[in-house]
Amino acid sequence: MNPSAPAAAQSSVPPTLPQHPEGSIYHITSSKVHMPGTNGAAKPGAKPAGGARASDSVPNATMIKWLRDMILIREFENRCAQAYQQAKIGGFCHLYLGQEALAVGTINSINHDDPIVTAYRDHGHALARGMSPRACMAEMFGKLAGCAKGKGGSMHMFDKPNWNFGGHGIVGAQTPLGAGLAFAAKYELEVMKRSVDGSPAKKKVSLAYLGDGALNQGALHEAMNLAGLWGLPVIFVVENNRYSMGTAIERGTTMAHDLPAKGRAYGMESMTIDGQDIRNLYDHFKPLVDRCREAQRPAFVDLLTYRYQGHSMSDPQKYRVKDEVEMFKSRDSIALLEQHLLTERKCISEADVDAIVAECRALSEDSVNFAESAPMPGLEELYSDVYQNIQPNLSPTREYVHGAKNELL
Amino acid sequence: MPTAFADIDFSKPLPSATGDRQIQFREALREAMSEEMRKDDRVFLMGEEVAYYNGAYKVSQGMLEEFGPQRIIDSPISENGFAGLAVGAAMYGLRPIIEFMSWSFSLVAADQLLNNVPKMLYMSGGQWGCPIVFRGNNGAGGQLGSTHSWTVESMYATVPGLKIAIPSNPYDAKGLLKTAIVDNDPVFFLESERMLSDKGHVPEEEYYIPFGKAALRRGDWSGERDSDITLVSFGRPVNFCIDAADELEKDGIVCDVLDMRTVRPLDIDSIIQSIKRTNKIVVVDQCWPFASIASEVVTQVCEKAFDYLDHQPVRVNTDDVPTPYAKNLEMEYLPHKGKIMAAVKSVVRR
Ligand SMILES: Cc1ncc(C[n+]2csc(CCOP(=O)(O)OP(=O)(O)O)c2C)c(N)n1
Ligand SMILES: [Mg+2]
Repeated sequence: MNPSAPAAAQSSVPPTLPQHPEGSIYHITSSKVHMPGTNGAAKPGAKPAGGARASDSVPNATMIKWLRDMILIREFENRCAQAYQQAKIGGFCHLYLGQEALAVGTINSINHDDPIVTAYRDHGHALARGMSPRACMAEMFGKLAGCAKGKGGSMHMFDKPNWNFGGHGIVGAQTPLGAGLAFAAKYELEVMKRSVDGSPAKKKVSLAYLGDGALNQGALHEAMNLAGLWGLPVIFVVENNRYSMGTAIERGTTMAHDLPAKGRAYGMESMTIDGQDIRNLYDHFKPLVDRCREAQRPAFVDLLTYRYQGHSMSDPQKYRVKDEVEMFKSRDSIALLEQHLLTERKCISEADVDAIVAECRALSEDSVNFAESAPMPGLEELYSDVYQNIQPNLSPTREYVHGAKNELL
Repeated sequence: MPTAFADIDFSKPLPSATGDRQIQFREALREAMSEEMRKDDRVFLMGEEVAYYNGAYKVSQGMLEEFGPQRIIDSPISENGFAGLAVGAAMYGLRPIIEFMSWSFSLVAADQLLNNVPKMLYMSGGQWGCPIVFRGNNGAGGQLGSTHSWTVESMYATVPGLKIAIPSNPYDAKGLLKTAIVDNDPVFFLESERMLSDKGHVPEEEYYIPFGKAALRRGDWSGERDSDITLVSFGRPVNFCIDAADELEKDGIVCDVLDMRTVRPLDIDSIIQSIKRTNKIVVVDQCWPFASIASEVVTQVCEKAFDYLDHQPVRVNTDDVPTPYAKNLEMEYLPHKGKIMAAVKSVVRR
């Protein structure tokens, strides 16, 4: 990799993707590939000011922490896959393998008290935001020590102390919430002139993550119009992993070669960013966050990524060829950053990397052991958290277990 | 030649429900759709992942191959859009089948489903109806959490203009879905992902199960012995009731188990016929209790058969809380066999 090349052209993706044997309808055809720097179809995003790369000024220690966070997600997700196969995790479980740079890069471009909201593929964001692996794993095991007392599960990683307003299961439903978080932050600033907790108000930015499949939900379009109309400081972050379940993006979404057109239609700054190279991601995303924060306005980002596993744990993946997965794996985000730190910055050694991997593996294993031995929620938890102000007669059956309540009985 | 609703002789006895053509619930659904699509080219299937992926739950497996991509149509994740599209297409003269991957996702299309679909015939003074079947998974039980575990029957059943079918076994799945497709009114067809792999005998021949006719799953109306209690249910919990009834029988308690098959129309006549023999009723419903189908059944029973009751009607619903994820909580939440047995015993008191 040539560090002096224009940032957005860092991609080493070959211009053609492997073809699916059953034809192009399953599959992105080569003419439609839009990784930046390959066929020029995508807008590479704003050039960092003066050609300087934002990531160049990131201290070594910080970048090593990024690497560590990405490795933690990978190790954690591998453990999840195992636990799911052993039926210790129930319901739907969507893994973040392959997309690690995206959560880590975007979350490290904002402040800790900037709010975020995500879709259901949410373990990566939760960990990158600082949730303990134990709380995250225990949630999936349906245990009381989980971040939502075991009531939410894999799709609902809520974490109030870390300003993570949750993973959300209904496709697109979280995007208006992202606009609402931005609205509230701007309201603090302009109307209340203090924050809701009484401290001084700050200029904030919210991140609303969505999958490429969510581009086709009405909720997103209404949210984007509101954000554009009212100048809400929300960034709609499309985690474009090319597929929504078995549907390749071109089969479900118009303008797939130029998604920023959708953001522009709502009057917001919009760009495509290669999200597999975390430095490139940061180079473009961090300045964008700063601009949105400063000017208190929205943006739309098409972040290119790839999921290595099936949509959920039960997906046979007949819609894509193995070569395609392998091709993306050959440009793995963790390997890219590792290489940079090893050979360009020369700030870590192979032994350091091994130590990081060992640490993350141990943390992930610990999270499983913890989750396994943690107690299940008691049956009283079934009835808690339904209302904050409980009153008589709210519910016909709350007060008893079976059968009708009848004082004569 | 399409089968017209008016030409179906619903008084004709249905083919035997016992036999050795054991197929899965999902195959029975597929058979119903395919049979009707072969006869009527106005019928098409649209939904997320229904074509190339063969259906998220493999209900439409192989249908793309037979009918091609113009009739088995993959849609983006745009429920509001494609539910509304179906309304337009149906008004124009086609007969859409719309698959919701889950009825939980129908909520983003609520305006179309609650406003346009049921009311079009009325609003247009009879000019345009909406002969659409909306179908998909309904109900909790797979640890899918609060948003993905909807049982929509009580919510949607309140709107006049809709019919709601909710089969409990493969035989009914085929016969009811065929009726739904040829019906000129909109039908919401509620399946359970938990039951799609259930097997049962499904006749190869074509048959149409009338809406609004309950099936007696346990109990005997021949006059040999009166049952002790009437259990009324629909959809997946019918199977919980059957299990409970079989176990209660060992304790000498005999139940009539009535499988409603459709909740709108609601076969209140069969319920009352049973109550006249048992004088007691427990309604088992996988919706929340407040303003549920069970509430409606109990109300109608009180209105129409009050004098036959020896005990106040009892409901067993899911607990009145959002669906929890944790396995132990979700199990307790459902209207499971244990709850049904406890309710029956509290009423029969032996
Ligand atoms: C409104 C709604 N419709 C359908 C679904 C079922 N569903 C869950 S995820 C998914 C695919 C979403 O793909 P994408 O937005 O690209 O996110 P990714 O899974 O790739 O992260 C679908 C159809 C849902 N959860 N919500
Ligand atoms: Mg996707």
